[in-house]
Amino acid sequence: MLIVKDLFVKVEEKEILKGINLEVNAGEVHAIMGPNGSGKSTLANVIAGKDGYEVTGGTVSLNGTDLLEMSPEERAWEGVFLAFQYPVEIPGVSNATFLKTALNEIRKHNGHEELDAMQFLKYMKEKMRVVGIDEKLINRPVNQGFSGGEKKRNEIFQLQMLQPKLAVLDETDSGLDIDALKIVSSGVNTFRSKENAVIVVTHYQRLLNYIVPDFVHVLVNGRIVKSGGKDLALELEEKGYDWVANPVTEEAAV
Amino acid sequence: MSTELSNVEELAIKDYKYGFETEIEMETLPKGLNEDIVRKISEKKNEPEWMLEWRLKAFRHWLTLEKQSEPKWANISYPAVDFQDIIYYAAPKKKPELKSLDEVDPELLKTFEKLGISLQEQKRLSGVAVDAVFDSVSVTTTFKEELSKLGIIFCSMSEAVKEHPELVKKYIGSVVPYTDNFYAALNSAVFSDGSFCYIPKGVRCPMELSTYFRINTSGTGQFERTLLIADEGGYVSYLEGCTAPMRDENQLHAAVVELIALDNATIKYSTVQNWYPGDQEGKGGIYNFVTKRGACRGVNSKITWTQVETGSAITWKYPSCILQGDNSIGEFYSVAVTNNFQQADTGTKMIHLGKNTKSTIVSKGISAGKSNNSYRGLVKVHKNAENSRNFTQCDSLLIGDRCGAHTFPYIEVNNQSAKVEHEATTSKIGEDQLFYLRQRGISMEDSINMIVNGYCKDVFRELPMEFAVEAQKLLSISLEGSVG
Repeated sequence: MLIVKDLFVKVEEKEILKGINLEVNAGEVHAIMGPNGSGKSTLANVIAGKDGYEVTGGTVSLNGTDLLEMSPEERAWEGVFLAFQYPVEIPGVSNATFLKTALNEIRKHNGHEELDAMQFLKYMKEKMRVVGIDEKLINRPVNQGFSGGEKKRNEIFQLQMLQPKLAVLDETDSGLDIDALKIVSSGVNTFRSKENAVIVVTHYQRLLNYIVPDFVHVLVNGRIVKSGGKDLALELEEKGYDWVANPVTEEAAV
Repeated sequence: MSTELSNVEELAIKDYKYGFETEIEMETLPKGLNEDIVRKISEKKNEPEWMLEWRLKAFRHWLTLEKQSEPKWANISYPAVDFQDIIYYAAPKKKPELKSLDEVDPELLKTFEKLGISLQEQKRLSGVAVDAVFDSVSVTTTFKEELSKLGIIFCSMSEAVKEHPELVKKYIGSVVPYTDNFYAALNSAVFSDGSFCYIPKGVRCPMELSTYFRINTSGTGQFERTLLIADEGGYVSYLEGCTAPMRDENQLHAAVVELIALDNATIKYSTVQNWYPGDQEGKGGIYNFVTKRGACRGVNSKITWTQVETGSAITWKYPSCILQGDNSIGEFYSVAVTNNFQQADTGTKMIHLGKNTKSTIVSKGISAGKSNNSYRGLVKVHKNAENSRNFTQCDSLLIGDRCGAHTFPYIEVNNQSAKVEHEATTSKIGEDQLFYLRQRGISMEDSINMIVNGYCKDVFRELPMEFAVEAQKLLSISLEGSVG
């Protein structure tokens, strides 16, 4: 589904990603782990099309279409979804209005009929149950006055509403207590299917107890230095990032 | 982001959709302004002697002001207006007496139809009575009879001068005297038409009253005068809309609006101002130099100004409230949008004279392109205004990095018991907000509209329903291709 090939990215003249290769197929969950500043969020943002990143080499394609040529909204229409690390507030715009517009834009561009208000409400109510989100939050302006946990839950609610092909979760676990973490994870797990794929970007292994990945990649200093199955995450938790980041040093120490 | 934004900026701006001109036979007075022109306007309108006298007094006063030149204190710049190069009176040629709508020139009806203002009563879905003003004269007023059953007078100013001289004489210039300012003096001398409304004691006007102003003839200025009186316990909600053809020249619109609310009366006055703003290079457009003021004369009276200002090359306008009656309330809700080379200097004055008077100011300025947007407001509490309250919220939103937002709040408090609050924010439309919405599949322009509409929500909800929808649409058109 998603193929990232030799991706090099600069931010303000500084090279952040230095040749990333990644292939994610439908039905798979990939975890990208790594220390702070390794380029995890950069990768997530470049896939989604955020400005301020200069791609100096390589390609990113989704089901054969070149994502890098597209605007963020075009990527969303193609099925790319980013769950933000820091969801922003949009004063005066209700969550429901925002989601109805987004959903109908995506439907329109995929040749589906737009939902009218009644259909939309019905659909939204179903999804609210799945994520266990309060009706009050739905009628409030987007993320305004939401707690950290509520914001993250709102991201997962949007994920459920928009049903993308590829979901990229950027540090969705940061700032969540254990109960919130469970709710958010179960929202992601019910989303998982053979038709879609998930990339979980995280610093800690904790989230991966709940969203169990098929593959784990370790990103250090702009490169994927190690890939493996879900056990790799456990190993990382135990040995720390230095273990993969500086294998030479470790060998020398032995 | 900047590269992408400037690309968007280059997208063709949607045409100003009201920019057409109506081909119709007009009767105009020669260009220029002198005592003779003032007399001729009065004569054209068959005015009584007292009206002419008042005009002449105003004109003589204006002459003394003209020597000192037009006011220069506002944060706007433009070449001096040549007052001798303006046509002060232009009216469609018509039969002397119009008995019904059937006699109105079909071209005129078509014009208003095209603007979305149907003057055919049976065609109007909602209960809105309209007075349609075309250049210097009122074309027709709808639902007049129905309203008159309730004792409500809703007609053109010219008609009011003739039919209801006692009311006009009593109230005209009582809120905005001709000595008030340069443009008020000019308007008083040459005003051609406008709307007049009187709500009798205890009557709640059952429909929205509305005036639609259209400037058509090239080289003319529009100087309308509106006078609205709500007698004791009366209520009226009044709407005002305006458009003009697209032209290279700058045209002058200098109106005066006076509102009077007596004991327990309420007046809601809403404006959606969409005069031609000029092109992307800043050529052409209307100079909108308007004096609007309401007097809460009676106890418990209330005046609410709501304005959505998207048009005009230059806007100079401060709808104000004089809170004379005890417990009276003044409100001002404003959205002012400037794009390209537009300039706006707008705000309000809340003058607290009575006890327990309250005022609320919510101003939302939006600047885009290379425009300049200023809020200017005065809250003044007189020494006898015990327990006065004011709350002001004044927000500015910048789109792009070549526009300007300014605020000039003045507060004068002369009574210890007064409470005055002022909140102000200035923000740039957030790139993070834009990216968030776009990531969810909402296009750039729609994202901007969504953010801007959210930002203006507090004002839009003060507008009558259908107007609010109209205002939102207008906002998106005004900001189209504006990002940069």
